[in-house]
Amino acid sequence: MSSHGIKDRVAIVGMGCTRFAEHFDKGTDDLLREATSDAFGAAGVTKDDVDAYWLGTAQSGMSGITLARPLRLEGKPVTRVENFCATGSEALRQASYAVASGAYDLAMAVGVEKVKDSGYQGLNAFPIPNDGTQRTLTAAAMFSMVAPAYAQRYGVDPEQIKTVLARIASKNHANGAKNPKAQFRKEMSIEKLLAMPPVAGGLSVFDCAGVADGAAAAIVCRAEDAARYTESPLIIKALSFVAGNGSGLEDPSYDYTHFPEVAASASDAYAQAGISDPRNELAMAEVHDCFTPTELVLMEDLGFCERGTAWKEVLAGTFDLDGELPVNPDGGLKSFGHPVGASGLRMMYEAWLQLRGQAPVERRISTYGSRSLALTHNLGGYPGEMVSFVGIVGTA
Amino acid sequence: MRGIIGWGVHLPHRRLDRSQISPIAGTGGGKGRRTVASYDEDATTMAVAAARAALRGRSVSPAAVWFSTTTPAYLDKTNATAIHAALRMNRTAAAYDALGSVRSAVGALRAAMAGAGVALAVASDVRIGRPGSADEAAGGDAGAAALVGDDGDGPVVAQLVGSASLSEEFTDRWRVPGDVGAKVWEERFGETKYVPLATEALKAALGEAALDAAGVDALIIAGMHERACAAAAKASGVAPEKIVDRLAATVGNPGAAQPFLLLARALEQATPDQTIVLLVLSDGAEALVFRTTDAVSSYQPAAPVASQILAGAPIDYGRYLTWRGLLAVEPPRRPEPARPSSSAAGRSTDWKYGLEGPAGVLADQVGTVTTFTIDRLAYSPSPPVVFAVVDFDDGERLPVELTDVSAEEVAVGMRVEMTFRRLFTADGIVNYFWKARPSRAAGDGPSRKDAA
Repeated sequence: MSSHGIKDRVAIVGMGCTRFAEHFDKGTDDLLREATSDAFGAAGVTKDDVDAYWLGTAQSGMSGITLARPLRLEGKPVTRVENFCATGSEALRQASYAVASGAYDLAMAVGVEKVKDSGYQGLNAFPIPNDGTQRTLTAAAMFSMVAPAYAQRYGVDPEQIKTVLARIASKNHANGAKNPKAQFRKEMSIEKLLAMPPVAGGLSVFDCAGVADGAAAAIVCRAEDAARYTESPLIIKALSFVAGNGSGLEDPSYDYTHFPEVAASASDAYAQAGISDPRNELAMAEVHDCFTPTELVLMEDLGFCERGTAWKEVLAGTFDLDGELPVNPDGGLKSFGHPVGASGLRMMYEAWLQLRGQAPVERRISTYGSRSLALTHNLGGYPGEMVSFVGIVGTA
Repeated sequence: MRGIIGWGVHLPHRRLDRSQISPIAGTGGGKGRRTVASYDEDATTMAVAAARAALRGRSVSPAAVWFSTTTPAYLDKTNATAIHAALRMNRTAAAYDALGSVRSAVGALRAAMAGAGVALAVASDVRIGRPGSADEAAGGDAGAAALVGDDGDGPVVAQLVGSASLSEEFTDRWRVPGDVGAKVWEERFGETKYVPLATEALKAALGEAALDAAGVDALIIAGMHERACAAAAKASGVAPEKIVDRLAATVGNPGAAQPFLLLARALEQATPDQTIVLLVLSDGAEALVFRTTDAVSSYQPAAPVASQILAGAPIDYGRYLTWRGLLAVEPPRRPEPARPSSSAAGRSTDWKYGLEGPAGVLADQVGTVTTFTIDRLAYSPSPPVVFAVVDFDDGERLPVELTDVSAEEVAVGMRVEMTFRRLFTADGIVNYFWKARPSRAAGDGPSRKDAA
């Protein structure tokens, strides 16, 4: 048994992404039509040319009919998938495997979330009947425990860690400010961020992902057919997924300074793609910065730097747009916004723009032209109990 | 020889200074403090806490639990079964409620005495009154338990040597289910009814024990009619210094829990071969005459009343009113939690009520806060949520909510113990589960003999 992957067998030939925002004037159907229409246009195909659809949504609709109805699809297989906040990546993974298997020639992965119809701030999970003993803590509070744990383990001054986290938020805000599709388009100074009141542990609202509505879509085919649709496809190098078993919550040796599920999915993805030195081989990474401490720890779990050193790299600007390895050049969840089911595909959309030179010069990654691989990382759940996706794509 | 083999008391962590009442309510209040049940406590959870204190360090599992309260969480549904489950009692052990008045607590104790094997009588009340009322100020919240058995079950510390029961129908105090406060008839009426009842019951019970008032070392008078209790004490013929302090200045009157609370208090101060009388004035009069044994001096209560009285932390009147639902403040702008599934809860009784997981029982373990967070976003009946990752001394880990702690005092390394609480109520279903709370060692207080 082994995770063989589908390196170089599948290509992304068209993508679309709505602006992520509080779309009080748009519903799930509108967002789905907009993102898919852009993707059809990019690949030069119609909805009838696509043989099968995978729809990722955490809780904006049930069944494939959620997509088939607004698109008026005729006799098409549509599969609704859900995997926490990694739902969008899961849709892409399933669509890619479907064309790789030969079952279909052309498949679409769509992710959507309409979170702003709940009437409440933040994300609120749909309650599944249970015995009432489950934690009701917010994700922000669960992830807030990472920062002090990290500071303690590596002997970093707690005030210094606050600055590091603000540096991450500030970087993502700066990137989002340049991006017309991002939810928040305002730069935020480290000083301003440090002055925000805490809402969960030491985290302020500005340490949290933006809560936005949005949709994103990708069309995939077998790599040898890619030229029929575009001159510049993205070739899938790796798709890896790990669902944790929740044991971290009960494991006394777990110290909240790392995410084993992420490290495992990264390791699998690098093996599939044949990458041995991600920091120097990748042109960019889109990572799941649901909260600022998450992005800090991900830099280590994804192998971009040694354990205990990410905070220094953050301060040194390693992951800035003009840094050695740009991370979240589109603004990330922090600034671009996080419509749960769409985020994984939104990350891939940024790789689509950046690697193919479609990102405008003012927000182009420093590595453009010299490197050709992008990583997307998408997680769902909490420290100790999470799912993690790592995907790698390239231009050749 | 059958008698009391142990006891346990739970005084909630929060204390309301009565001087805070009248500036807000415009009336009421007074001197001293009363105990206040936390927002996540009710009669059932405080009964569990008291019963656990009574059973701590014992390997015995009671054959029956008799639960008395005037403030039950449920009607139509038995409350004692939740206590039974939280104590991980045998399926074949009986669990009954005795609801409605202080008198019911004596009934629970008598039922426990009348049975065979080890039986638990536990009483608990959350005493509420309308803001500014005498009941609000005079009341207190507490749980108290008496463990009953024969010598073979553990040494009997106090033997029942005489008793009397007088029942009489008269409407002196009454409360319609659902009402916040009770109503009382003209005070003198109750006094004229209770004092003769008390005198008669006391005489009859002492007579059964071949004693008279001079032979009483401690007289406990419990009941909701304070003036009648005081008058009955005077009329008893027992010397004033032998009347057991009703803890009005520090605890308040915890209703159904008062008889067991004061009995525990008296036993903790008792020496061998003393006579302790429990006289309860409630729709009649009940008198129980106990004789302490040698074992009373070696009995070590898990959490002595005296040290619990000295412990605790203040609560302000506004928050008190909010906790009791008497002041409706803006709720958190989060979705209300869904009611727990009865069928799912029914499958996980061992975990939900007994805190017994695959690796063993966590309920009785002590642990340390490894990391924590303050969640100002999550739904809570009393935000913010204080949440910690707790590592137990035997190696287990549990991420769990903390209680009886302010956000400012929680710290990594804090020692915690488990406590049975209500997380929230939805659709009338009380969602019981466990939380952790700071382990404020009972040993910090004075030892039982020199406690004031």
